[in-house]
Amino acid sequence: MSEPKPVVASSDPLARAWWAGVAEGRIGYQRCEACAAAQFYPRERCAACGSARLAIATSVGTGTIFSITVVHRPPSPALQAFAPYGIALVDLDEGVRLMAHADPGLAIGDRVRATFALFGDRTTPKFVRAG
Amino acid sequence: MAYIAGVGNTRYGVVEGSSTTSLMTDAAHAAIADAGLALRDIDGLLTGYSTTLPHIMLATVVSERLGIRPTYAHSMQAGGATGVAMVMLARLLVESGQCRAVLCVAGENRATGQSRDQSIQTLAQAGHPDYEVPYGATIPAYYGLLAARYMHQFGVTGLDLAELAVVMRAHATRHPDAHQRQPITVEQVMASKPIALPLRLLDCCPVSDGGIAAVITREPTGEAKVRIRGAGQAHLHQHISQARDWAAMGASESAARAFAEAGMAVTDMRYLAVYDSFTITLAMLLEEIGFVRRAGSGEAARAGRFGREGDLPLNLHGGLLSFGHCGVGGGFAHLVEAQRQLSGRAGDRQASNVPTAFVHGDGGVMSSHVSMILERV
Ligand SMILES: [Zn+2]
Repeated sequence: MSEPKPVVASSDPLARAWWAGVAEGRIGYQRCEACAAAQFYPRERCAACGSARLAIATSVGTGTIFSITVVHRPPSPALQAFAPYGIALVDLDEGVRLMAHADPGLAIGDRVRATFALFGDRTTPKFVRAG
Repeated sequence: MAYIAGVGNTRYGVVEGSSTTSLMTDAAHAAIADAGLALRDIDGLLTGYSTTLPHIMLATVVSERLGIRPTYAHSMQAGGATGVAMVMLARLLVESGQCRAVLCVAGENRATGQSRDQSIQTLAQAGHPDYEVPYGATIPAYYGLLAARYMHQFGVTGLDLAELAVVMRAHATRHPDAHQRQPITVEQVMASKPIALPLRLLDCCPVSDGGIAAVITREPTGEAKVRIRGAGQAHLHQHISQARDWAAMGASESAARAFAEAGMAVTDMRYLAVYDSFTITLAMLLEEIGFVRRAGSGEAARAGRFGREGDLPLNLHGGLLSFGHCGVGGGFAHLVEAQRQLSGRAGDRQASNVPTAFVHGDGGVMSSHVSMILERV
């Protein structure tokens, strides 16, 4: 038996915290307490106003497909078992956009909700048709 | 004033036994000879990066290999825009009097120096390491997202994009140094295997070995009299998930700066050298900058406007899509071909009248834009 792998090996503590949230079924984003801007991905400062007063919030997990591609040629043999897989840019209802997995049958404009699924060695958000 | 005094390149494609330094050395010697200069005349050296030779000081590695001792040297990184960016900086260096002759050189054995998986994984790192790469994203996936949205937004079709691949291949058949020289049809593009839908294999550029160089001087020193008349840049994001206005990715902003400096407009350009890592890249850049209408690239290609005899001759060397992509040298080749077209030295590929040219490089995923206006003197 091999040792369990860490959820993510990022050098960025903000990214480690974000993926730890995903492993528990949460999609986090930041809300600026100075200018109210919603921000994804998590940063040290608000990219709209420069404030360091950023609160962590959790998305309800619903949104709209902004764009989607279906990957048939993965970057490594380890991911071949998952191909073809959908990668989408999703506009969450809280006003931020993120990249995530998505059902390959989805189209731009479709309403979606987040689920969570294992991809390689980590759990990732995967969006499916809402309702 | 700054001139592209000389240019040179190696064959692009699979060059067995080549290395980053051998490809750079061969291209550098060719460019210096074309400029009518000797090694000792080079007092500035700019280079890019190489994924097969990821050295932290590539410019002095290359200087030492060539046997030159420049008074100014460093490497630069702006992805696919690096080639045009190097020439933009070289121009500033010669115009300011810092240097007399700057060698801009790129080369990489990207095809033979690493496995296909290595290459795909290295390049995918242009994406966000924490918020994009973990999804199994690749460069074609980032551009697949661009393609899907752009097609949806403006009504571009897969057939429109396929036309661009066909035109680039037709051009490459006339260049002896091109990687892909076998003509293709729209049907073949549409039937090629899916990579990151809507993009298929023939919507994507190949991975090539190759080296290419140019010498920038204050006055012409060789046969070619090609002047840099204006240049500009724009950098609006790095990662595609952070791009805000998908109808204005930075290309038009960058081009506007170059046109303003040159005192010229889109309609003054008689030759186009526009980055084409994927068919969608080329369509978006041509349309955003305004050479054709939105969703008009396919119809322009079908009408022959991008050919040698057309009113907008485009990437007559074959572009990244068919001349080949060896990293920094991939986008640099567009500029080198523009210099040859402007100086009437493009042989079988020569367009009839090329007094002006527009050059555009795109790095990352529409992340870094560098535009340049060239003119024949
Ligand atoms: Zn703020």
